[in-house]
Amino acid sequence: MSSGDRRLSTSRRRSRARPWPASRARRTLAGLACAGLAAAGLAACGTANASNGPVTLTFYLYPDNSGATQQAIANCDKQSGGKYTISYQQLPNAADGQRTQLVRRLAANDSTIDIMGLDVTWEAEFAEAGWIEPWTGANRTEAENGTLKAALETAMWKGKLYAVPANTNTQLLWYRSDLVPNPPKTWAEMIQDAENLAKQGKPHYIEIQGAQYEGGTVWFNTMNASAGGTVLNPDATKVTLGEPALKALTIMKQLADSPAADPSLPVQMENENRLAMEAGTAAFQLNYPFVYPAMKADNPKLFKNFKWALYPSVIPGQPAKVTIGGIDLAVSSFSTHKDLAFQAALCLRDRQNQIIGANVGGVPPTIESLYNDPALAKNYPFHEDILKSLQNASVRPKTPVYQVVSIDISHLISPARSINPQTTLNSMKSQIDQGLQSKGLVP
Amino acid sequence: MSTSTEVTAGAAAEQRPAGHKRQLSEGARAERRLGWLLCAPAVIVMIAVTAYPVGYAVWLSLERYNLELPQNIKFVGLANYGAVLSSPYWWNALKVTLIITVFSVSISLVLGMLLAMLMHKTIFGRGSVRTAALIPYGIVTVAAAYGWQYAWTPSQGYLSAAFNNSAPLTRQVSAIAVIILAEIWKTTPFMGLLLLAGLSLVPDDLQKAAMVDGASGWQRFWRITVPLMKPAILVALLFRTLDSFRIFDNIYILTGGNNGTGSVSILGWDNLFIALNLGIGSAISILIFICVAIIAFIFIKGFGTAAPGSAIGKR
Repeated sequence: MSSGDRRLSTSRRRSRARPWPASRARRTLAGLACAGLAAAGLAACGTANASNGPVTLTFYLYPDNSGATQQAIANCDKQSGGKYTISYQQLPNAADGQRTQLVRRLAANDSTIDIMGLDVTWEAEFAEAGWIEPWTGANRTEAENGTLKAALETAMWKGKLYAVPANTNTQLLWYRSDLVPNPPKTWAEMIQDAENLAKQGKPHYIEIQGAQYEGGTVWFNTMNASAGGTVLNPDATKVTLGEPALKALTIMKQLADSPAADPSLPVQMENENRLAMEAGTAAFQLNYPFVYPAMKADNPKLFKNFKWALYPSVIPGQPAKVTIGGIDLAVSSFSTHKDLAFQAALCLRDRQNQIIGANVGGVPPTIESLYNDPALAKNYPFHEDILKSLQNASVRPKTPVYQVVSIDISHLISPARSINPQTTLNSMKSQIDQGLQSKGLVP
Repeated sequence: MSTSTEVTAGAAAEQRPAGHKRQLSEGARAERRLGWLLCAPAVIVMIAVTAYPVGYAVWLSLERYNLELPQNIKFVGLANYGAVLSSPYWWNALKVTLIITVFSVSISLVLGMLLAMLMHKTIFGRGSVRTAALIPYGIVTVAAAYGWQYAWTPSQGYLSAAFNNSAPLTRQVSAIAVIILAEIWKTTPFMGLLLLAGLSLVPDDLQKAAMVDGASGWQRFWRITVPLMKPAILVALLFRTLDSFRIFDNIYILTGGNNGTGSVSILGWDNLFIALNLGIGSAISILIFICVAIIAFIFIKGFGTAAPGSAIGKR
C-alpha cells in the first residue's frame, strides 16, 4: 500500500490499498478468521508456544492483497532457521481504522503485538507514548545502511530511530504530451499552460487532491516545503509557519480561482484525479505512480501520450520537495520477544523482500541502490524520477499530535477557493498551536 | 434497588400502628437486611458498569490528558468545558444535531401515526402488513446506511442517477437532508409500532358514541384518539428524540461528519479516538449527557399531565 495517498485522518471515507504499478487486488479473509478466534480467546492469535519450537511473532499490517507480504513472511520464516514464525494479522483497509485498532491495543499494553507496520506519520505519536522500542546498536546500523534519507527521517523522533522504513511513495507530475509538448517546470508555468489550453477549448484541468482529508494536508505540506518552509520546529513545540506558507497558500488559491482547476476540486482524492485524467478532461495530474498502469489498462489511446515529469517547483530553479509516504516497521514495547522481533522486521524489508514488494506488491523500495537494479528498472520506466523525487522529499510535520495538526490543516485549505492566504495562515498558526498544547478541539 | 425501597416501605408501614418510634421488629430488620443482600449484586453491577465509567469520564473531563503525551497529564478544572463551549465546532455540531433531531422526529411521528392507523385498521393481511412495515427497522443501521451511501454516489447509485447524477453527500445542506431521510426511513416503523400500542388503548365504544353524535373523522381523531394516546405518544417521542440526539452510525457511514455534517456524537468520537484527547473528548461526552438529561426533563415536565396512567385515570 502506498500511503501518502491513503486517507489518514480527516476523511473517514473508505480508502483502498493503492499500490504502485502492477498488482490486481485479490481479497483475502485470513485476518477475519483470526479476529474470530481472538473473540473466542485472546491467546489464540499471538503468543508464543512454550519453550521449544519456533516463537510466533505477530505482525500487524495493512491488508496486502498482492501476496507480497505473505511471500516475504515465508522467506523470513525459512531464513530464521526455526527461531521464529511470523503470523500476519491484517489491519482494516482505511488508515484511520488501522491506527485506531493499534492505539486501542497499545493503550491497553497488549503484549500480543510484536511488529507493526506504521504509516509514516504515526512514529512520533507512538514513540512519545512509549508504545514502540527505539532501534539501537547493530539493528540500527543495519536499518540505516543504504536506506533513503527521507524515508529514515520519517522514523526518527527526538534523535532516536523508532522504526525501519519498509516501503515508500512519492508523487510525480503526469501530463498529456499531445496537449503539452514540454512539461512545465514550475506551478506558475503549469497554471499558465492550463489557462492557455482553456482558451483554446482543449482539455486543461490540473488534477490534484483538494478534498478535506490527509491528501489535502500532503498538498499543502509539499507546497510549503517547496517554498522553503516548515510547519513545526524539530521538537514540535512551536509553529514555524511563515512567508513560505503564505506563498504556498497563495498558489493554491490561485489554482482554485483559475479555469485550470477541476470544478470538483473540493471533493477530489487520488482516485477521482485518476478517473478525470482517464476520462480525458485533464491535461495535468499530480499523483502517485499507481495512475500509470491504470491508464495503460483503462485508456490505451490516451496512454500513448501519457508522460511524466518531476513535480513542478514553487521557487523557479529549486526542485520541489514532495511529501514522502510509505510504511515503517516498528517493534512494540509490550512484545515479549523484542530481539527476535527486531531481526524479523529487518528481514521483512531486506533487499530480496523489497524487490518482491516492488514487483509483486507495487510499493517503491526504501533501499536506494535498488532503484538501479535491472530487475526493478525494467518494470518501472519512471524509476529515475521517482528516486530523484525521493531524494528531495519532505517529511510531514513530526509531532505526537500529528492527527490534530493534519486535521487543522486540511480543514483550512479545503475548499481551496475559500483560502484567504493571510487569514488562513493566521488561523492555521493559532489552531495548530492550540493542538500542540492539547487545548483545542478537532472538527 | 426498587426492591429495597419496597421492603423498607413495607417494614415502615407495618411499624406505623405500633408506635411513633421507628423501631423495627427483629423480623422486619432481618427482612430489610435480606432485601439489601438480595439487591446488592444488582447494585454492584450497576455501579461497575454505569456509575464508574460516568464518574471516570467526569474526572477525565477535568484533566488535560492526551493519550500520546502521558507526561503532560494534569488537572485543569473546567478549562476543557471552556474550550468546547467556546469552539465553533461544538456549536455547529449541536446545531446539526438539533436540526436532524427536530426534522427526523417530527416527520417520523406523522408518518408513524399514519402507519399505525393503517396497521390498526387493516383487517386483511394484518400480519403481513406489520411485518413488511418493520423491515427497515430490522435492517442493521450500518448496512442500511451503506445502501443509502451507494445509492447517492454519482455513477454508482440509482438515486444519484435519478437526480441528474448529483452528489448530495458532498454538500452540507443536501447531506443533512439525506441523513434525515435515512433516519426517517429507519425509525418510522418503530414509531408506528409504539403508536399502534397506544391506538389499542382507545376504546371502540367511545368512537362509536362520537360517531352517533355526528363527529367527523377528523374531530374524532383530535378529540378522542390523540388525547387518549398521549402516554404512548410521549413514550414514542421521548425514545426517538433521545435516540436521534445521539445519532452516530448513519452520519459516520454517509459523510463521516465531513462538510459540516457532524453531530455532537461524531465530534466526541473524533476528539476521543482520532485526536486521542481524553480530556476534551470526555468533556464533550459529559455535555452530551447533560443535553440528553435536559431533553428528558423537558419531555416529562411538558407532558406531565399525560404521564402514563394519569390521563386515563382522569377520564
